[in-house]
Amino acid sequence: MTSQQPDSHPEYTASNGGRVVMDDVAIRRALMRIAHEILERCENLERLYLVAIPNGGVPLARQLAVNIKQIADVDVVVGILDTTLYRDDLKLKAERPLLRETEMPSAVDDRIVILVDDVLKTGRTIRAAMDALMDFGRPSSVQVVGLVDRGHRELPIKLDYVGKNVPTQPDEEVRMSGLAGDLDGALEVVVVPGRPESSGGKR
Amino acid sequence: MIGRDLLGIEDLDRAEIERILETAEHMREVGRRVVKKVPTLRGRTIVNLFFEASTRTKASFEIAGKRLSADVVNFSASSSSMKKSESILDTARTLEAMDPDAVVVRHAVAGVPKQIADVLAAPVINAGDGAHEHPTQALLDLLTVKLEKGRIDGLTVAIVGDILHSRVARSNIYAFGKMGAEVRICAPPSMIPAAIETLGVKAFTSLREAIDGVDVVMALRIQNERLSGTYLPSVREYSATYGIDREKLKFAKDDAIVMHPGPVNRGVELSHDLTDHRPSVILDQVRNGVAIRMAVLYLLSGRRQEGEPKLELETGEEK
Repeated sequence: MTSQQPDSHPEYTASNGGRVVMDDVAIRRALMRIAHEILERCENLERLYLVAIPNGGVPLARQLAVNIKQIADVDVVVGILDTTLYRDDLKLKAERPLLRETEMPSAVDDRIVILVDDVLKTGRTIRAAMDALMDFGRPSSVQVVGLVDRGHRELPIKLDYVGKNVPTQPDEEVRMSGLAGDLDGALEVVVVPGRPESSGGKR
Repeated sequence: MIGRDLLGIEDLDRAEIERILETAEHMREVGRRVVKKVPTLRGRTIVNLFFEASTRTKASFEIAGKRLSADVVNFSASSSSMKKSESILDTARTLEAMDPDAVVVRHAVAGVPKQIADVLAAPVINAGDGAHEHPTQALLDLLTVKLEKGRIDGLTVAIVGDILHSRVARSNIYAFGKMGAEVRICAPPSMIPAAIETLGVKAFTSLREAIDGVDVVMALRIQNERLSGTYLPSVREYSATYGIDREKLKFAKDDAIVMHPGPVNRGVELSHDLTDHRPSVILDQVRNGVAIRMAVLYLLSGRRQEGEPKLELETGEEK
């Protein structure tokens, strides 16, 4: 009955023979460019609020905050928002996914919230994140950063800032590795072939 | 990982307990929000079936269910057809026909939750059965200790009071033992069950020896009906010998905490002062109880038994 993975967010592992689509240098350049793009579009820097979706979004959001500080000398608040309790597939599963940390250090009311995730696929995680965000308050606007857009959208959700568009097969998995090291460890995005019983990678 | 029901800590292994505690730590965050509600169990029905009076445990399960957006229905002994001499199993079958997604059971007789679990497709959570187990109480006690001390492994815990009649004691003996703590029990000789050492605890009749160097002192409620007569000579004697106050607490570690499952008989198990102030953590226990029950409902409520038509949905593709 539950032959599929109990948690559709598999443990991120180091590169295991998949094809590398972004190495550490490419990821850091993309994050620097995205930091510039965010500043370019944001008319009121004090209201910026980066909200990371764990696990992959956390080091990315922290790096973006460092970059923004470096470019514009503005301290941007970074929050962490777990979307698990808002997922739309919970009723289909007997095995409950593990929860991740939620840590929202300031109120989101009237803030320009920028959701940060590593890999965007169906858009369902972003949908859940927006619902969660609304429970915390009323942001003045919500934008989305995705390091990798791999296509296969199932909901009308688009990225405002994209690291890289990576065409993939639906059953492939796209993983970002090096998460444990936070900002210091080398990051890498790999595409690995889907396992027969796999749930098709990042949602 | 984690079976369909939660009937006792005895059935859990350490990894399962850790999973529940970790989930509960995240559920605590929901309780700190302005909007204390997540949509996780929207459209699910949770039945509180309380054959024995309870205020706090019932309220705690009800709040936990509601914070997860489930519909919570309360059946209690005073209002239910138990008064009309319906048998427990008939009550259970009646409930089953209403398709609940989880049933929380409290009963004065040990084993009733198990009996009900055997006939229901829905997961059953034991909210206290006789002198058998009260698993969510032990889990919230574990969570409270873990948050206070940062760990459970290697700590020493003294449980003081009516061990013989206490489901809280039994569940906590299993719980702290499985998590690697040393468990001591302390009671008047009449309240120490025979062969209790087979559960891996050390039994004491001297409070001073029992709490010597411990990290946690857990006082149990003395049931009023047992305060005088066969088990205890008098309230005053119990309180003088086994009641915890700051003077006696000096024998425990300097940073020891004091716990009580409530409701406290003030001045009997705990001094007034200790009931209200640190190092007692009684209200933290209550707060953590909601988080633990949210975690248990979250983890179990997807587990209606196989073979039910509802479950065919669960083989569906992930969206």
